[in-house]
Amino acid sequence: MSVDKETVKKIASLSRIAVTEAETDALVPELNNILGWVEQLGEVDCSKVEPMTAVIPNKLRLRDDVVSDGNVRDKVLANAPVADHGFFAVPKVIE
Amino acid sequence: MSMTESTYRIQGGTGEWEVVIGLEVHAQITTNAKLFSGASTEFGAEPNTQVSLVDAAMPGMLPVLNKECVRQAVRTGLAINAQINKYSRFDRKNYFYADLPQGYQISQLYHPIVGEGKIEISLDEKDPDAHGKTIGVERIHIEQDAGKLMHDQHPTMSYVDLNRCGVALMEIVSMPDMTSPKEAAAYVRKLRSILRYVGSCDGNMEQGSMRADVNVSVRKPGGKLGTRTETKNVNSMRFIQQVIEYEAQRQVDVIESGGEIVQETRLFDPDKNETRSMRSKEDAHDYRYFPDPDLLPLELEDDYIFDCKASLPELPDEKRARYKNVLGLSAYNAAVLTAEHETAIWFEELLETTEEPEKIASSAANWLTSELFGALNRMGLSIEKSPVSPQQAAELLGLIADGTISGKIAKQVFEIMLETGDGAAKIVEEKGLKQESDTGAIEKVIADVMAANEDKVAQYRGGKDKLFGFFVGQTMKAMQGKANPQVVNELLKKTLGEAG
Amino acid sequence: MAEIFELGIAGIRSGIASGDFTAKEVAETFIARVSAAKSLNAVLVETPDHALAAAEATDKAKAAGKTLGKMAGVPIGMKDLFCTEGVATTAGSLILEGFTPQYESTVSSNLFKAGAGMLGKLNMDQFAMGSSNETSAFGNVISPWRRNDGGNTDLAPGGSSGGSAAVVSGRICPAATGTDTGGSIRQPAAFVGITGFKPTYGRCSRWGTIAFASSLDQAGPMAHDVRDCAIMLESMAGFDPKDSTSLELPVPEWEAGLKSDLAGKRIGIPKEYRVDNMPPEIDALWQKGIEWLKDAGAKIVEVSLPHTKYALPAYYIIAPAEASSNLARYDGVRYGMRDLPDGAGLQDMYAATREAGFGPEVKRRIMIGTYVLSAGYYDAYYTQAQKVRTLISQDFDKAWESCDLLLTPTAPSAAFGLGEKSDDPLAMYLNDVFTVPSSLAGLPAISVPAGLDGQGLPLGLQIIGKALDEQSVFNAGLALEERAGFVAKPEQWW
Ligand SMILES: [Mg+2]
Ligand SMILES: [Zn+2]
Repeated sequence: MSVDKETVKKIASLSRIAVTEAETDALVPELNNILGWVEQLGEVDCSKVEPMTAVIPNKLRLRDDVVSDGNVRDKVLANAPVADHGFFAVPKVIE
Repeated sequence: MSMTESTYRIQGGTGEWEVVIGLEVHAQITTNAKLFSGASTEFGAEPNTQVSLVDAAMPGMLPVLNKECVRQAVRTGLAINAQINKYSRFDRKNYFYADLPQGYQISQLYHPIVGEGKIEISLDEKDPDAHGKTIGVERIHIEQDAGKLMHDQHPTMSYVDLNRCGVALMEIVSMPDMTSPKEAAAYVRKLRSILRYVGSCDGNMEQGSMRADVNVSVRKPGGKLGTRTETKNVNSMRFIQQVIEYEAQRQVDVIESGGEIVQETRLFDPDKNETRSMRSKEDAHDYRYFPDPDLLPLELEDDYIFDCKASLPELPDEKRARYKNVLGLSAYNAAVLTAEHETAIWFEELLETTEEPEKIASSAANWLTSELFGALNRMGLSIEKSPVSPQQAAELLGLIADGTISGKIAKQVFEIMLETGDGAAKIVEEKGLKQESDTGAIEKVIADVMAANEDKVAQYRGGKDKLFGFFVGQTMKAMQGKANPQVVNELLKKTLGEAG
Repeated sequence: MAEIFELGIAGIRSGIASGDFTAKEVAETFIARVSAAKSLNAVLVETPDHALAAAEATDKAKAAGKTLGKMAGVPIGMKDLFCTEGVATTAGSLILEGFTPQYESTVSSNLFKAGAGMLGKLNMDQFAMGSSNETSAFGNVISPWRRNDGGNTDLAPGGSSGGSAAVVSGRICPAATGTDTGGSIRQPAAFVGITGFKPTYGRCSRWGTIAFASSLDQAGPMAHDVRDCAIMLESMAGFDPKDSTSLELPVPEWEAGLKSDLAGKRIGIPKEYRVDNMPPEIDALWQKGIEWLKDAGAKIVEVSLPHTKYALPAYYIIAPAEASSNLARYDGVRYGMRDLPDGAGLQDMYAATREAGFGPEVKRRIMIGTYVLSAGYYDAYYTQAQKVRTLISQDFDKAWESCDLLLTPTAPSAAFGLGEKSDDPLAMYLNDVFTVPSSLAGLPAISVPAGLDGQGLPLGLQIIGKALDEQSVFNAGLALEERAGFVAKPEQWW
């Protein structure tokens, strides 16, 4: 499987990374080079293998249903590029 | 068991069309804290106050799963006789939006916690057994809610409030088993009832605790499934039905005018009563789900599931059957009293005042569905807020049963109870509303009535039976309604029956 | 007596204990070293006040006769991947420029609780993606080392913990934190002749450490020697209820357990690690390592890890996939950079911000990760990679049937010159060929400096152990350290 220019544009768009035409042209061989290399994994017969989900055998811990956090609006908003009236502000979204 | 509503059809230019409906209901799990953070879930707080650094997706923040969310999802699954998956996992659903700080929603795609189950619905409240249908549930999974975007506070900016962000939801996905707006509404109503019985969701649609993604497609009756559209976040029973009606008609129109239905996400506009395409979400359809590496697989033990099962209350279907079969209620009363858990609880508290509930169940049920419901309706109160307690109601019903007051006086007493909060016996005593059952006193009044109406007595005895009511009325009136009507009847029959 | 700046953790500890110097003197010494080393570009933010405050607390505690913490009086360098409360944290990326965390990562907080102070935030490969520290948005870190050819080619300190490697080897900080996703502690440690330790996945909390690839990221110490690493890891590690993958286990007393007698231990030599084009000097050093371990009493066995060659490609699917998702939060809404072109909508703002904020290598990996997770490719790439990861992990389990530890080189080459490999991502990725398999399996591993190549540059040997058996890894590392007698240090030219 190799990617073409359209695919690279689609990936960039899904990734929300703006790319110019020139960057796209450069990315096509770059990504194909890497993808071509990782595709050697296809050689491995994994028909009887489960994909790994936990590196070290460990059980998911659950926490109690108690309110132990929140009420830290100043901390939440402290780094906001734009905050207004206690909200984060973003360019107007039209749905 | 065929259902009248299965014949819901859209009349198109090319003939009849059938509608196929599936619902994805998002139900907020009733918890104190969020799914993966310790921030509160309380409704209506100041913006961004119920937000932890985890909810705001600060760099390096990590999710830790709330126990109660798992328990409630499992209990809900058990309540609809669903498969509980002892192994489940959380996946990330990746997309960019300002209400989604992580850039992904933690959900369960590949291994949901609850598998297939089913829900019995009924279209006819009056005769629920005759018009039932089983709707399949495909799965229930746990996921995070998103934040909220406000568009009307600033001319060029939208505001982001993350208070809801990370609140726990169950997504309950039905099979495409519904074929009419009414069935869809009945399904949501029943699902809501079950969730409230279980206590896993408060079912409050106005506050967004329950909302549905409505999947609609149309086909020629019995034909192959058409392409569906998904209308997101519909938040009332009425809107759900409107969406289905509108979408079905729109799809028929599109197909019949030579067009094709595109699988897409749509939005309902209640003001215009129409759905429209959400183009903004179109290119985000590749969600790149993969298992969340910040969380391990969730594994449940048999004992845990057993304990969840044991903690379930009697559910609406079982309860309805018991009311009918053991308590001897009418099918209608049984259905009405079990639809809401609070009503059933209230009713059962009333029954608990006696050793032999079967004896009073029917009269109590009648009284509840007519008198109490009527009063609460008038006052705009829910049953939990009823000014009259189940124990007070039992006292009132007891006074009717033992003949202390008549049904008519009871209505009067009940009104006073609602106003004052006083007990029935006290009111009867103070207002002198006690019913007269002393035959001597009643006989004396009957004699007076007969003396004053000799002509009517003659007519009655001449065969004009209808006049009996007149004598009852006169006697009761003379006794200011306090005479025991049964005794009055008996004595009048006896006295009038005697030859003059 | 050695100068203060030449001391590591244990040396500082005993000096303070015996009253040879105060913690304050130590802090002042290293603060001066940091500020004199600007030309290495290893420190992004200097935090002398933090180091001084911790030192004063240590001196006070000592005067009051209190028991001192394990890191008391030791000022350390902090990789800029750890969020530090009130101190700018960037992960080496423009996209976090101006970000000041309102919280302290668990690892840094544990170290501070143990008495450590912080000298500064250390430069690194952007979001820990890189093996040479050339992907930092704030310029390359220059290794304190120079080739012995008399030239002055700037060398890479390795990566991604390049700043940490540079300050410890240059005796600018006595120790530093690192993080290791596919080799980011061990490879730079090997490049600069210091010791670096990656613990079992789950030993160190990831809470407050900026994520690269969640299923692989582990923090660990970078220090002068094995003992210092053991002391420091004891302070960094520990169960953290805020990290669901944190191991709920007590922290062993690794320092107290140090023992270089390896009698009864079996050391496996994985034959698949004899890669093509390995410089003969590295092969020779590996042979020496075998002899040293034999000398320490260990038995050497040949083992096979048949899926080794697939570890790197699997890693370069899994790590970018996780990263593409982990880095989605950098969107210009809540913190960091925002680029809002005229008339841009929300989605345009995301694309512009991320275009301007992320460096080329980060973008490349995000795009690879996005692609391998996308509809139609997920199973062929991501699921297949996770299956291969299972096989790699099983290879190790199999090997543990015949041995207790593995000995391998740390990196396939000595440090290279800055710019020499930066045009070829694949060539750069190959740097991690020996470190990635154990990362994929979550195993503990150490890199110990063991010799110099012909150009006078350090080379390291790696010991890999069973999950949770850090002690054996430390012990074998100590056996190597004692026998290698590595004392070379970079000449101070900066
Ligand atoms: Mg949906
Ligand atoms: Zn959902």
